[in-house]
Amino acid sequence: MYQERLKIDWWTVAIWAILTVFGVLNIYSATYSGDLSSLFSLKSFGGKQLLWLAIATVAAILVLFAEPRFFSNGAYPIYAVVLLLLVATLFLAVTVNGGKSWIEIGGFRFQPSEFAKFATALALSKYMSAIDVEWKQMRTKLVALAIMGIPAGLVLLQHDAGSALVFAAFVLPLFREGLSGAILVVGLVAVVLFVLALLVNKYILIGALVLIALFYLFVWLNKRTAKNWWRTIGLLLLCSAFIFSVDILYKQLDDHQRERIEVLLGKNDDLQGSGYNVHQSKIAIGSGGFFGKGYLKGTITKADFVPEQHTDFIFCTVGEEWGWLGSSLLVALYVWLLVRLINMAERQRSTFSRFYGYSVASILFMHLFVNVGMVLGLVPVIGIPLPFFSYGGSSLLAFTILLFVFIRLDATKNQLY
Amino acid sequence: MSNRYADRSHVVKLIFIVVGVLFVGRLAMLQLFSSKYRDLAKQQSLRPVTQYPARGFIYDRHGELLVHNEAVYDLMVIPRMVKGLDTNYFCESLGITRDDFDERMRKARKYSTYSASIFMKQISKEEYARFENKMYRFTGFYISQRTLRIYDRPIAAQVLGYVGEVDKADIERDSYYTQGDYIGKSGLEKSYEEILRGVKGKKIMQVDVHNRQVGPYQGGAYDTLPEEGMNLYTTLDADLQQYAEELMGNKRGCVVALEPSTGELLAMVSAPCYDPNLLVGRIRGENYKKLNSDLAKPMLNRALMGQYPPGSIFKVAQSMVALDLGVISPQSGFVCDKSLVGCHNHPSARSVQEAIKMSCNPYFYQVYRRVIQQGKYKSIYKDSQYGLTVWREYMLRFGFGQKLDIDLPKSGMSTGNIPDTAYYNRWYGKERWAFSTIYSNSIGQGEVTVVPIQMANLAAIVANRGYYITPHMVRFYGPDSLRNEEYYTRHETGIDHKYFDIAAAGMYDVVHVAGGTGRRARVDGLDVCGKTGTAENYGNDHSVFIAFAPKDDPKIALAVYVENAQGGGGTWAAPIAGLLIERYLNGEVKRKDVEKMYKEINPCQKLPLTRRVKKKK
Repeated sequence: MYQERLKIDWWTVAIWAILTVFGVLNIYSATYSGDLSSLFSLKSFGGKQLLWLAIATVAAILVLFAEPRFFSNGAYPIYAVVLLLLVATLFLAVTVNGGKSWIEIGGFRFQPSEFAKFATALALSKYMSAIDVEWKQMRTKLVALAIMGIPAGLVLLQHDAGSALVFAAFVLPLFREGLSGAILVVGLVAVVLFVLALLVNKYILIGALVLIALFYLFVWLNKRTAKNWWRTIGLLLLCSAFIFSVDILYKQLDDHQRERIEVLLGKNDDLQGSGYNVHQSKIAIGSGGFFGKGYLKGTITKADFVPEQHTDFIFCTVGEEWGWLGSSLLVALYVWLLVRLINMAERQRSTFSRFYGYSVASILFMHLFVNVGMVLGLVPVIGIPLPFFSYGGSSLLAFTILLFVFIRLDATKNQLY
Repeated sequence: MSNRYADRSHVVKLIFIVVGVLFVGRLAMLQLFSSKYRDLAKQQSLRPVTQYPARGFIYDRHGELLVHNEAVYDLMVIPRMVKGLDTNYFCESLGITRDDFDERMRKARKYSTYSASIFMKQISKEEYARFENKMYRFTGFYISQRTLRIYDRPIAAQVLGYVGEVDKADIERDSYYTQGDYIGKSGLEKSYEEILRGVKGKKIMQVDVHNRQVGPYQGGAYDTLPEEGMNLYTTLDADLQQYAEELMGNKRGCVVALEPSTGELLAMVSAPCYDPNLLVGRIRGENYKKLNSDLAKPMLNRALMGQYPPGSIFKVAQSMVALDLGVISPQSGFVCDKSLVGCHNHPSARSVQEAIKMSCNPYFYQVYRRVIQQGKYKSIYKDSQYGLTVWREYMLRFGFGQKLDIDLPKSGMSTGNIPDTAYYNRWYGKERWAFSTIYSNSIGQGEVTVVPIQMANLAAIVANRGYYITPHMVRFYGPDSLRNEEYYTRHETGIDHKYFDIAAAGMYDVVHVAGGTGRRARVDGLDVCGKTGTAENYGNDHSVFIAFAPKDDPKIALAVYVENAQGGGGTWAAPIAGLLIERYLNGEVKRKDVEKMYKEINPCQKLPLTRRVKKKK
């Protein structure tokens, strides 16, 4: 067997380095209280995150030196171990911020759910790369759904709806492998209808849908065959049923989740209660202006107005201190990374690597979309971290491993696993 | 299979890019195209702390302090910052009830949940000391130091005025003020507001979510220091003022005393008086209601706002006009013909001087007729119209019929009435009135009304023999002794001073010669000149006296007006004027028994008179 030389994609490593270092700096600023305690002091959040970054870097180097076969052959065992950990978490968890997703081992806390995404990505890639797997078979679909669904369900049982939601990200790699594009459209329509059903009178909404259907049949399509009639009526009935079930679905949510949705839709303007975080976060970002207030000079940041600012709301600090310029550049950097990952995935020879690359990009994208969307008041408040950026050792380590495994796979992309 | 769907990578990349663009657009919306969040950010993390300047002090003419300040504390609240408050403990510390607390919070919230408003006003030093060390437990509350006015002597309430919270109109008129600020509401506090108030300073403090002050914003680069208000050095003589207020005890009316040569007001009393300290601090509201609803109207400054028929003191001005017009000579005599107008029993006057001394009504009837009907026109109607116009011109030069440009608030000040032709035309129709219609004016009755300050000014004009300087309260103000230049110009009546010598001689006789009407104003060793007046009105007559002394080089001129006194000008107003002159010129009053009598006596027992309101302890 010929040994391929390692060709590490240094651009991706560089983006990772910039994001993590910039993250540490912003965590330091978000929790900076005016006295110049050293960034390297382990008492500050910045210092702690720096230590985690060092650990993550070591992990990244270990991953780069690992044999790629280890990941492809080890995919199922790793998946199994993580599932066990998730189950164990249900019994051993310590409660942090209302969630039960942390376990403590000898004073060392970590969140197995952060590693569940990585493990699921490996397992799903492994399964999809099997020679006898055909997407058209119903069995394939069900197995894939189970591989995603089991960890997602376990995470949901830990009261961590945000992390569970992230598993929906696997729709994108599956889409690439042949999943019907209709699912993306259906998902989008469902979200739009859900929001509209909460905002607008349901009968008016259905009336509008009927008008759209008629327009579609008579004007746009202008082919009133029986097949088209039945299709349109069927879709209409389906949409109507969904609209009427929104209330039932909505009642299934927790109070705080409903409140967060109401805040987003402007139906609840309790700026003291459930709307407080997002309102403060918008103030912090909005006050940044074009150039921002400058590093360590954010007044809202300094004054602790935004809760969780060093974790889930870290993007506020960027918005306030680095302004539109800095935060737009950060968004651009993420988008660059994501697009680059897709391009890298497409140059893989093995399905395993390609699927895994898509998984990495999609998971990162889901986090970016939900986290930044929440901070900007576009998405309801869902507490998931900004990859490589938010304070938190487990998440930094997990994301780093997730990314570097792909960098390692890409480094010997011509090999087949 | 792997490459069948390769094109789908573009869809995925497109999704990523669309979301990225969406975020950048949303960021632009928040950060570039809306100032809302920037303003909110400033509001909540920066707390402007207003530094209130000390209001200027007020001194009397001898440098005695009349008004100064004392520190009090306002408890401020920013409703949205109030968190985790132990309400019971808080109420207990402040000594308020739960209902009171809810009401105050409701008001504060109504004003704004984001900005500070006053939770509790004017907490004294002692009260503040009790809960100062508990403040750290009351998140969202903080203390703002203010000053209160302290009036060192309980005198001159209507002149000094009072300070109160600004109302909506004040805030709209002048952007300097914000809610909760204090402003001069009346008297000198109002007319010299901009000099007394100083300039507010501002400290911009950075605060955190727990309302802790993190430190000055940008090292205090935007802070401004308050500029202290300027002191007022008034012309008042505190001793004379107090003495006059004592003499006016149990009476309604007023006293205006001034220095004729300078127009400096020495005393201005409006009775009943009240202690200015009543309208200070938290007791203000209650006392204000009480004073405001009092039928005797203690808050009214009668010296400026009252207008009364002048009565016989007006004869002095009438005679000057007639002499200057040449319609009579100093030696003109008229028979005291009671069929024309009623009079008391006295020999007929053979000269202007005698007429003033005896205050002969028929004499001035004749004098005024010659002024009004000068014979310039055949028609007595046209003639009267002409005469009235000429006469009115003179009277305006005496300062009658207009607001004198005194440095006290103009609003509410009376003009008095010197009727013009239009006035009578309105009443009777054009050319349907003549002297016979308006003759009551001759003796200061009828349509003529004057303001007490104008009466005192008349005394000053005679004392100056023909001119006056606008009466005023303030000599100079501020560290640079700034002056009001308009109070250095003479206002001439244009009448020859030799005629005023006659008036002065007549007024001397009123006090000093047998048959004079104002002999009770006499002070041993002083040449007091005066003129009595008894103004008829619906109730009992008003008792009036104007005077100046000494006759040559006068140092004081004054008017005393006692409302509804049972007796004429000679009975009530004259002796009070005499005592005031004695006190001012001699420094003390020897006639203790007289002094005591007039301080205590009530000239109209029947009327419900308010006693001097005592300050509540």
